[in-house]
Amino acid sequence: MKPVGIERPEAALIAFDGVSKVFGLGASSVRALDHVDLRIDQGEFVAIMGPSGSGKSTAMNIIGCLDVPTSGRYLFKGLDVGSLDRRGRALLRRRFLGFVFQGFNLIGRTSALENVELPLTYRGIPADERRKRSLLALDRVGLKERASHAPSELSGGQQQRVAIARAIVSEPSVLLADEPTGNLDTRTSREIMDLLSDLNRQSITVVMVTHEPDMAACARRIIRFVDGHIESDNRTMETA
Amino acid sequence: MLLEAVKLALASIRRNALRSFLTVLGVVIGVGAVIAMVTIGNGTTAKVTADLAKLGSNLLFVAPGQFGPGRASSDAKPFNARDVEAMRSQLPDVRAVAPVAQRSVTAILGNESRLTVLTGTDDDFLITQDWGLAAGRSFLEGELRAGRAACIIGQTVRDKLFGHDDPLGTSLRVNNISCEVIGVLQAKGQSSFGTDQDDTILIPIRAFQRRIAGNSDISRIYVSAEDKADTAKVQANIERLLRERRGIVGDKEDDFSVRDMKQVVQTMAGTTAVLTGLLGAVAAVSLLVGGIGIMNIMLVSVTERTREIGIRLAIGALEGQVLTQFLVEAVVLSLFGGVIGILLGLGLAGLAARGLGVPFLIDPAIILTAFGFAALVGVIFGYFPARRAAMLDPIEALRHE
Repeated sequence: MKPVGIERPEAALIAFDGVSKVFGLGASSVRALDHVDLRIDQGEFVAIMGPSGSGKSTAMNIIGCLDVPTSGRYLFKGLDVGSLDRRGRALLRRRFLGFVFQGFNLIGRTSALENVELPLTYRGIPADERRKRSLLALDRVGLKERASHAPSELSGGQQQRVAIARAIVSEPSVLLADEPTGNLDTRTSREIMDLLSDLNRQSITVVMVTHEPDMAACARRIIRFVDGHIESDNRTMETA
Repeated sequence: MLLEAVKLALASIRRNALRSFLTVLGVVIGVGAVIAMVTIGNGTTAKVTADLAKLGSNLLFVAPGQFGPGRASSDAKPFNARDVEAMRSQLPDVRAVAPVAQRSVTAILGNESRLTVLTGTDDDFLITQDWGLAAGRSFLEGELRAGRAACIIGQTVRDKLFGHDDPLGTSLRVNNISCEVIGVLQAKGQSSFGTDQDDTILIPIRAFQRRIAGNSDISRIYVSAEDKADTAKVQANIERLLRERRGIVGDKEDDFSVRDMKQVVQTMAGTTAVLTGLLGAVAAVSLLVGGIGIMNIMLVSVTERTREIGIRLAIGALEGQVLTQFLVEAVVLSLFGGVIGILLGLGLAGLAARGLGVPFLIDPAIILTAFGFAALVGVIFGYFPARRAAMLDPIEALRHE
């Protein structure tokens, strides 16, 4: 199978070039990713699927610059992430990436607005601009009127919306979502997927890990991992 | 950014108000103890120094025997009235020489009785002690010569026995003698040895010797030098005169001692200052223990908040920012503890000062030092947990439950 788009790596947003990831040493080592080639361009909406242990989470961690390949190269916007140190990767993350997690991961006893402001606080944005941009982000996820609520006062779907607002407030190139609907019921999951599709149409690249085919179907491209390899890589009907 | 870190720290402390308070309890106690000890100590030193002025000017204290270890003072023979006369007539630069003999007695008036100190002396006593009369008069020449049972009472005796009544002209029973109150001493308060100086009755020395003691002994002599006189010279003169009178010749050691009260008080002031330092140092150890308490809780806090730290790292916090946040949190915590501790310490010192009758002196330097130490404790004991937080692997941290 010919890997998608490896012909023009310099233009790719995300490019895996023979990426392997091995955990542990010697006989007990586990090869989570095995010479994976992958390319994701600006503006795509990609769902990564696969059974547990297939390497999809490892791939996601590497894409998110939280982890580095054992061998091979991971290029983000043409930059070799493997050559960066911890701080370099942290800077890359906060400049280009937004994270959404399965467990929402909002900071408790802190208002929705403060949660959304946090990434901007760490980026040294002045308070009034921070507030303006955070309210705007909450507005984009439809939760402007809940800005002062604490996470515990919000439903799961609303919490995930706050988390998405927090991820997009810094205007990242890529939104990385790890099982974003894993803790939500079907109806709420659908709403979150609609929101992600909306954001994708507004030019944010979305990469999402999920094990629910229904949710994956909302993406425009589905990559399926099995045993550390990409088993299939398909454009969905929606694109056509 | 530091301001933001302080805000984050305050938010986090507010979220865990009770635990935060318990965390800083150690620092509160440490700082409080340092402040209380040093403030009380300083007050005591000031009180002792102030007593130097109250003791009377240029006072020398003469007693039979030698002070110090291994020297029995009881063997030495006491002074007598002729010694006092000789000192009055032969010593230059001397303003007053007061003989003193004392005994514990029970003073009775009607149904009231009080155990107090009877002092046999004369009018020079008031000069040497720089002590005035609140009412009445001092002893008359004739009363002193005749050894009449007339007495001057201290304020404590007056309050306890007479209450609001006028004591002048009334007769007290002192042991078995009846003596008329002719004067009341001004209030003097506690001595630097902690005794109530106003709990006393003065009677003429001759009356004391004949009717109370039944001998002619004088157990101490107070000498007041002239204002401009050199007390060291006066001391040497007294020593020379007494050696002569007591027949001590050549290399033989004195069987009496002359002490300059100024030196005694200075020694005491020095001792209290050293004691204050020691107490402060002991209290500082508890501040250290308080710091370890902070480190403990901060480490627990880092473990408990591993996931939160992971989130922060994932949404754009840099290592340095996480480090700063936890460090600032520790410092803010310990400063909180410091402020509460300072207030607590000052409160305790204030109460103790009232109880002990020493002045309440607030020393800004020690407050600043305690505050600075609290901050330092925060930095030192906050650094290790903060570094641990900052070095967390975001993937691991996010997976942490």
